[in-house]
Amino acid sequence: MKKAILLLEDGFVLEAKSFGAEGETLGEVVFNTSMTGYQEILTDPSYKGQIVTMTYPLIGNYGTNSDDVESAKPWADGFIVKEKSKIFSSWRGSVSLEDYLAKHNIVAAEGLDTRALTRRIRSSGAMRGILSTRDFDVVSLKAKVMASPVMVGRDLVRDVTCKQAYDWPGAGGRKEFFVVAFDYGIKYNSLRLLDRAGCKVRVVPAATKAQEVLALKPDGVFLSNGPGDPAVLDYTIQEIRKLIGAVPLFGICLGHQLLGHALGGKTYKLKFGHHGGNHPVMDLETRKVEITSQNHGFCVDMESIKDKNVALTHVNLYDKTTEGLRHKQLPLFCVQYHPEAGPGPHDAGYLFGRFTEMMRKFRKGRRK
Amino acid sequence: MPKRKDLKKIMIIGSGPIIISQACEFDYSGTQACKALREEGYKVVLVNSNPATIMTDPQFADATYIEPVTPEVVEKIIAKERPDALLPTLGGQTGLNVAVEVAKRGVLKKYKVQMIGADRKAIEKAEDRDLFKKAMQKIGLDLPRSINIKSMHEAKKAVEILGMPIVIRPSFTLGGTGGGIAFNMQEFEDLVSRGLEYSMIHEVLLEESVLGWKEFELEVMRDRKDNVVIICSIENFDPMGIHTGDSITVAPAQTLTDAEYQTMRDAAIRAIREIGVDTGGCNVQFAINPKNGRMVMIEINPRVSRSSALASKATGFPIAKIAAKLAVGYTLDEIPNDITKETPASFEPTIDYCVVKVPRFTFEKFPGADATLGTSMKSVGEAMAVGRTFKEALQKGLRSLEIKRNGLDSVIGAMEFDSPQHLREFVTKKLRQPSDARIFYIGDALRIGMSVGEIGELTAIDRWFLENIKEIVDFETALRDVAGAKGDLKSRLTPVLLEQSKKMGFSDRQLSVFFGVHEDEIKELRSHCGPKTTYKLVDTCAAEFEAYTPYYYSTYEMEDESRPDTKKKIMILGGGPNRIGQGIEFDYCCVHASFALKEAGFETIMVNCNPETVSTDYDTSDKLYFEPMTKEDVLNIVDKEKPWGVIVQLGGQTPLNLTLALKKAGVNIIGTSPESIDIAEDREKFKIMLDKLKLRQPPNGTARNFEEAKSVAGRIGYPVLVRPSYVLGGRAMEIVYDEDTLERFILEASRVSGEHPILIDKFLEDAVEVDVDMLADGETFVIGGIMEHIEEAGIHSGDSAMVLPPYSLSEEMVNKIRQSTIAMARELKVVGLMNVQYAIRDNKLYCLEVNPRASRTVPFVSKAIGVPLAKLAARVMAGAKLKDLGFTQERIPEYSSVKESVFPFNRFPGVDIMLGPEMKSTGEVMGIDDDLGRAYMKSQLAAGQNLPLSGTVFVSVRDKDKRAIVFIVKRLIDLGFDIIATQGTANALKKNGIKTGVIHKVYEERPNILDYIKDGKIHLIINTPSGRIPREDEVKIRSNAIMHGLPCITTISGAQASVNAIEVLLKKDLDVTPLQAYHKR
Repeated sequence: MKKAILLLEDGFVLEAKSFGAEGETLGEVVFNTSMTGYQEILTDPSYKGQIVTMTYPLIGNYGTNSDDVESAKPWADGFIVKEKSKIFSSWRGSVSLEDYLAKHNIVAAEGLDTRALTRRIRSSGAMRGILSTRDFDVVSLKAKVMASPVMVGRDLVRDVTCKQAYDWPGAGGRKEFFVVAFDYGIKYNSLRLLDRAGCKVRVVPAATKAQEVLALKPDGVFLSNGPGDPAVLDYTIQEIRKLIGAVPLFGICLGHQLLGHALGGKTYKLKFGHHGGNHPVMDLETRKVEITSQNHGFCVDMESIKDKNVALTHVNLYDKTTEGLRHKQLPLFCVQYHPEAGPGPHDAGYLFGRFTEMMRKFRKGRRK
Repeated sequence: MPKRKDLKKIMIIGSGPIIISQACEFDYSGTQACKALREEGYKVVLVNSNPATIMTDPQFADATYIEPVTPEVVEKIIAKERPDALLPTLGGQTGLNVAVEVAKRGVLKKYKVQMIGADRKAIEKAEDRDLFKKAMQKIGLDLPRSINIKSMHEAKKAVEILGMPIVIRPSFTLGGTGGGIAFNMQEFEDLVSRGLEYSMIHEVLLEESVLGWKEFELEVMRDRKDNVVIICSIENFDPMGIHTGDSITVAPAQTLTDAEYQTMRDAAIRAIREIGVDTGGCNVQFAINPKNGRMVMIEINPRVSRSSALASKATGFPIAKIAAKLAVGYTLDEIPNDITKETPASFEPTIDYCVVKVPRFTFEKFPGADATLGTSMKSVGEAMAVGRTFKEALQKGLRSLEIKRNGLDSVIGAMEFDSPQHLREFVTKKLRQPSDARIFYIGDALRIGMSVGEIGELTAIDRWFLENIKEIVDFETALRDVAGAKGDLKSRLTPVLLEQSKKMGFSDRQLSVFFGVHEDEIKELRSHCGPKTTYKLVDTCAAEFEAYTPYYYSTYEMEDESRPDTKKKIMILGGGPNRIGQGIEFDYCCVHASFALKEAGFETIMVNCNPETVSTDYDTSDKLYFEPMTKEDVLNIVDKEKPWGVIVQLGGQTPLNLTLALKKAGVNIIGTSPESIDIAEDREKFKIMLDKLKLRQPPNGTARNFEEAKSVAGRIGYPVLVRPSYVLGGRAMEIVYDEDTLERFILEASRVSGEHPILIDKFLEDAVEVDVDMLADGETFVIGGIMEHIEEAGIHSGDSAMVLPPYSLSEEMVNKIRQSTIAMARELKVVGLMNVQYAIRDNKLYCLEVNPRASRTVPFVSKAIGVPLAKLAARVMAGAKLKDLGFTQERIPEYSSVKESVFPFNRFPGVDIMLGPEMKSTGEVMGIDDDLGRAYMKSQLAAGQNLPLSGTVFVSVRDKDKRAIVFIVKRLIDLGFDIIATQGTANALKKNGIKTGVIHKVYEERPNILDYIKDGKIHLIINTPSGRIPREDEVKIRSNAIMHGLPCITTISGAQASVNAIEVLLKKDLDVTPLQAYHKR
């Protein structure tokens, strides 16, 4: 059993056992409270730049399979669990978590007090950290952490976005709408749900110009989730701004934050972010509560767009932070959480319907 | 939405006595609900016949009716109280069934009572198999294929379509009573006919077998605005085919991918909406085919349940409390999460530990019972354990059971086999047949080299669980290897190994066995170079938010979250899993102690591992440690918290057994001193004390082996009552008439009692037995209550019906009892509670037994006299004086209170229901009335003994009783009953001028008595056992009576009391009075 060490920038050190790939990895250490769905989490491009620790202690129980992926490969920059399962049991499982991580070169560790780590992050906030199976010298590790980039100001979209536009194959059936989806780190499940909602989808790179998008004559534009700090993505914020009003817009997570910026607002960094599958969010129109999948470290500051004709539509009942907004006149809405789930509850899946409804209305309006 | 203002008074129906499948989880739920509703300003009317519940404490409701939970009685209460609403979902299946019945009779409409939470339509949709099937099909959910039948003819046609094996599920019964799986036509016909009889609506569902599939449960909550959340997922270790109450279960689900889990979640949400449970909790069960993932819905319970109690304890989310608040109109987002304070209840708890629940069985109490587990629940209790891994939680759970297992111990170690082949065959058989010991045989199978694959084939248990068990066994093997090496303990059990062992849940005891040392040496080693025990919080949110409720479990990790402070702390040791002999009564006492001591300004710490109880509710005590009740686990907490005092005398025998070990460790045991407890337990010392006080006891002696026993019995003469010391519930207690039986007994007793000696008493035949509970502070001695048993001495006091105050004893005798009791208490310097059992024969008082601790009757007495004895006891133990607490005088009520016991015989077909010195009842009920006969009648109704007011009585008594039965039969005839008897009894009656019908015995020609029972021609049975070994035909009669729900009386005294009861009831219908009104008198 090979040793591994996790060190946080505040000097907190945990000794662990290495599994998965060996090596050294740097990233923002965050915790995720989902009890299932580790494969979806690993393959969610939003985790680029982060070392993910699962709060549920027993991970790997059902192995990995070829279906439950949210992108072409795992993106997390490190993975930490209390106990990885030595075997897996699932009729769909094909590869153990350990082998999966090794194959994709993800450094991982087990056997440490993940609850202590979580409590540390809760009290001190998300921090940079290093997970190493090579270097056990605390001073040297600390130096490496301090030299690594902080999350604020980091453009990680560049690393995860597709290089070329492509059409999502879809499951067949009649498609009523044509949607262009900006890939800031898009999850397959967003594409699957758009497809299921009757949308033919073309996925385009993050740096695609508004003009190019409009030239495709889409019924609507989808702004995906993704990693990093939205504030530095000016290249796409500019383009989004041009799309506002011209075409129905639906944003999720980073897409939501970018819309916030495009509308003239600001975002700020949360202390330790929201990562999990159990956050209650209230739809302020219906006053109903949905249990949501969450994964974000930044948040739109509603105060900064209060004079932009924008309405707050969803709020997090845990900490009252902004979870969704819409423009009072123009066809656009967005949510901070993940209605596409994968992993997480399906309560918010209705938003894809809301998007198609918006496109339908917009199309009607244009015909008149 | 805010709470409803149109409701003022709400009625809650409790679940009645503790029975298999309905235990104290409903007291936990009901108590939470009562508290929640009163907190909101509603008036609460409660009916529950179970006096041992916290919910029936007078301060938990505005009007508390300790009356039978039957539709007739509920109607009377409704007529009297005129509540605005009825909340039917908190009293288990009993509460639900009674509520539906009351609704059906039009009572709710008549008195304008609204059913809240779930209405009749929703309940019926969930409970009626046909409606359920239609509802689920409507929303596109997959179900096992099934056919409803109402007759054997229909059943036979159905089985041709569905094939074998086939599941038989009677509609509207408790915990799957009468259900089962048939593998052949013989079994099929037996189960179908039984099921038809058991079903309240004579309907049985036949179902495609999903035997061996994976079983899951979701606990779902819904509010008025249709917000739905899943509180907890549970995966059953044991596959489909074993009742979930009898399965080892694990939370959260371990082997579902997120995609599968979400599919299940969606299905559960759709289902609760379709069923129409408006507000509250629901338990939804699923099965998944492990080969292809096909998921089918099994059932929905539209109410709080055993699983919801478990889910509450496993997550920290109080389902019943929230359900009550939702029922009066709140929505989930309006209710705060008590644990985190800042976040609302509209979320799904996420946990960062593994919870394992292990059922507790008591087959040893029912020789001849089929111990194979199936779809009809047989366990009597459960223990829950929390750990950071499944391995740790499982081992903690197994040592929590108190079945002399220290973890995943080997059970084949002591057995001998001719060859490895035989051993393998034996283990294979044990794996194939689900039983209470199967988990241990899995360990042994791995130890003898069977593979996980083989074990999986034989048990259908998921590979993930089996591999985890293999890790435990592999580690054990490695430990044993090291243990065999030379050197001192420290060099063999290195710090690294010790830490790994503890992380895997190995107890000090297990390690001490491997390494051949005393348990204390392991503890010693731990304290020097081992890992420190750490405590983590159960916080609903996996540490995402700060938790304010100190609800802890132990583990071996880096960080310890316990926050010991310097307040004056009292630690209360609970009773562990429920079993026969130790149940809710002791939990009641522990809870009272906690309440009273909190009020008095102490910090209270509760330690227990029973998830069903009120004691393990996170707000009962200032701190809760959910831990096994073993010496190791308790001392670890003591080391951490350093309490000022520890209370061992309220939780029953479990904590009492720890007394000496705790004392040795320097713990301040408050209340009666361990030395006094020892005097009472140690026969020799006890005898000296009685001699000193000039009190009489039956001739007796102590023995440590058969030779000694033989000589004692020879001296005092047979029959003798023999029993092991330091056990509760009359475990292995027996009346022995000859030497052969004595020898067999000694063998058995040494297994139960270990090193403690065996007690032998002269058995006093036909004596009247009396129980006394008293309270003392060392200066003041007050009798709590004197209870006269209805059944004669020789029947375990836990199984006897009792009357308070005594009904046949002379004032002189009662005074003698008082004086003797106080004399003993003074001598033992009792501080707290003491229970004494006496026998009276020929006007002589014999002291049978003294227990300087809380007894099973404390809740009953407290309710009968209107004084919270356990609360006072706790205060006294902590130093208060009775004088200052205002209790210095015995209170003798003018009304009569009857305690009757409830038995699980209907779970064990074929087992004799005869009572004896070994306790067999699972629970108790109370009947109160001004008139003893009516109080007795109420107790019988509450216990499910539906004494008839007319019809035919079958009488068959042993020779000895033939004189006594004459008078009883005469009265029955006067009351208009027809009598039929067996030949012998009929002859005896004829001699006394009574003519009766004569009926054939079981093995005579037909129609015989069994046919009469089946055909419903008999309405009451009076059948006293013929001798110490009951005849086979008698057993058949009594067992059949139970299966057909016929009241069956097995003692003359019971028959007398019943006839009295019938007589008064014929004169005047029963009426109902709340406890508060009795206490005011």
